[in-house]
Amino acid sequence: MTRRAIAVIFLALTALSPAGVFAKSELLNVSYDPTRELYQDFNKAFAKQWKQRTSQDLVVKQSHGGSGKQARAVIDGLDADVVTLALAYDIDEIYNKAKLIPRDWQKRLPGNSSPYTSTIVFLVRKGNPKKIRDWDDLVRPGVKVITPNPKTSGGARWNYLAAWAYALKQKGGSDAKAKEFVAKLYRNVPVLDSGARGSTTTFVQRGQGDVLVAWENEAFLAVNELGKDRFEIVVPSLSILAEPPVTLVDKVADRKGTRKLAEEYLKYLYSPEGQEIVARHFYRPYDKKVAAKYARQFPALRLVTIDDTFGGWAKAQKAHFSDGGAFDQIYGGARCLAEWGLIGLIGPIGPIGLM
Amino acid sequence: MHATTTSRASKVSEPAAVRWLLISVALAFLALFLLLPLAAVFAQAFDKGWEAYLAALHEPDTLSAIWLTLLTATACVPVNLFFGIVAAWAIAKFSFPGKSLLITLIDLPFSVSPVVSGLIYVLIFGLQGWLGPWLQAHGIRIIFAVPGIVLATIFVTFPFVARELIPLMESQGRDEEEAALTLGASGLQTFFRVTFPNIKWGVLYGVILCNARAMGEFGAVSVVSGHVRGSTNTIPLQVEILYNEYSYAAAFAVASLLALLALVTLAIKTLAEWKIQQGLSINENER
Repeated sequence: MTRRAIAVIFLALTALSPAGVFAKSELLNVSYDPTRELYQDFNKAFAKQWKQRTSQDLVVKQSHGGSGKQARAVIDGLDADVVTLALAYDIDEIYNKAKLIPRDWQKRLPGNSSPYTSTIVFLVRKGNPKKIRDWDDLVRPGVKVITPNPKTSGGARWNYLAAWAYALKQKGGSDAKAKEFVAKLYRNVPVLDSGARGSTTTFVQRGQGDVLVAWENEAFLAVNELGKDRFEIVVPSLSILAEPPVTLVDKVADRKGTRKLAEEYLKYLYSPEGQEIVARHFYRPYDKKVAAKYARQFPALRLVTIDDTFGGWAKAQKAHFSDGGAFDQIYGGARCLAEWGLIGLIGPIGPIGLM
Repeated sequence: MHATTTSRASKVSEPAAVRWLLISVALAFLALFLLLPLAAVFAQAFDKGWEAYLAALHEPDTLSAIWLTLLTATACVPVNLFFGIVAAWAIAKFSFPGKSLLITLIDLPFSVSPVVSGLIYVLIFGLQGWLGPWLQAHGIRIIFAVPGIVLATIFVTFPFVARELIPLMESQGRDEEEAALTLGASGLQTFFRVTFPNIKWGVLYGVILCNARAMGEFGAVSVVSGHVRGSTNTIPLQVEILYNEYSYAAAFAVASLLALLALVTLAIKTLAEWKIQQGLSINENER
């Protein structure tokens, strides 16, 4: 009986590690929330062409979650060969907190290391019952806005900054007025999910809220996956150019001996094939030719950049999303204890409680 | 104790109408909050038919999640079984200083949020934690790998067996063990011939609860898993991923496995409870 139990455990263990037996190359891409479908396709394409070129079998593993949370996991030791996150600041943190990458990581690949860009748009229910046309409509009383938590989600930070930029660029706009505008907007937010995908399911599946502030690609995906007869996309007059960057995680790749492979993986994102896949998943491609081919798919709108309007991510992060920053002041102490804020508070106390 | 409650209940009873009212309220409550959601899980799971259901379970990432869950439970349950019996034996049959402190410590995982349970391991084994750099230098992976998931699950589930056995063993007292010892049995003989037969149904009950929680744990595992598809996702994490990817039928198909586990757990639990009560009333009658 016990011998059989041991045999069962042993079998389970060997069955679990086929990768070790056949020595396949393996790559881990730690990414943010809405890129699941994109990288599922892209990984297949890359593994195929890698096999053709080198006749090596390759498995690319994926992990997805809120961008800030994912960066935190890499800092805490998740063995990512490459990270593909929602914004540069989260990757900066991997340098600041763990020194796994060089400081100038963002200069290593074209377009600020962003092989694709996106922007922030609105998703509303079919027929647009609340008549939502632009950012002004989001602060109207009685409109329920769904957006994730800027403390954990990259997309949520772009959402927040897009709203801020809109208010700032209005006639007589100032930082004080923008803050008031964004504060009013967040008063209309009933729930903050930890990642962009969580917010999307809250809006589309659980039927909460009147408008979802979302990545353009996420909005397109929701409409295509769940039916054009249920949702429509509303493009605001002004939004932000979101640049989700990618990088090799040098220390991890060197330790695992995957640097070459990981570099090829990222390079393939910029190749015409990679860019086609990117565009098919509704990300705006970096490559001009592919961008022109898919131009009809993407609405034209006025886009501000993080560098011009907010002086770069480091500055924006400090002013808006750090502890006690503008977002905390806006959202109020009690309500922003969501997820990591709360964990940050209890985390250090936990082990003390144990003693 | 149980026998006295029953006899009192038969002497002093409510009118039939009140009894039926209470029973139907309880049943309606159960139907609304337990059976309906359970039925909904299966209805959603079979939304696209048998074939889609089986295909969803055959998906490589899902299979790996099932394997990992089984492996985690296989690693956790024996550890907690051993620990639980040892702790319960020590607490119920002996008196020693610090006994109540030990009982409190065993209950700790019940009172700590699972998220915090997971974070404890991140703080200890994470790259920025106490042991992280040393572990990495020696090529040992704990967190964001199978060992971390097993550790977090052991922590969350370790009260189950002990908590189940302590009251049972205390109610049985230590007369039989003392008799065995005076008749010349060794400690181990006493345990296997006298103590264990008395508590075997309690052990089963504890194991089954421990197993159910080990397979179903979400919070603590979510923190230490790293969510790498096909390697560090357990069944509950896989359900969340599938749900978030708009694969609702697949998500519920995988969730139905956990629901089935719950049903099996419930059946075995009822059997064990019945056997325990039987054992106790036999004891009572003998006295």
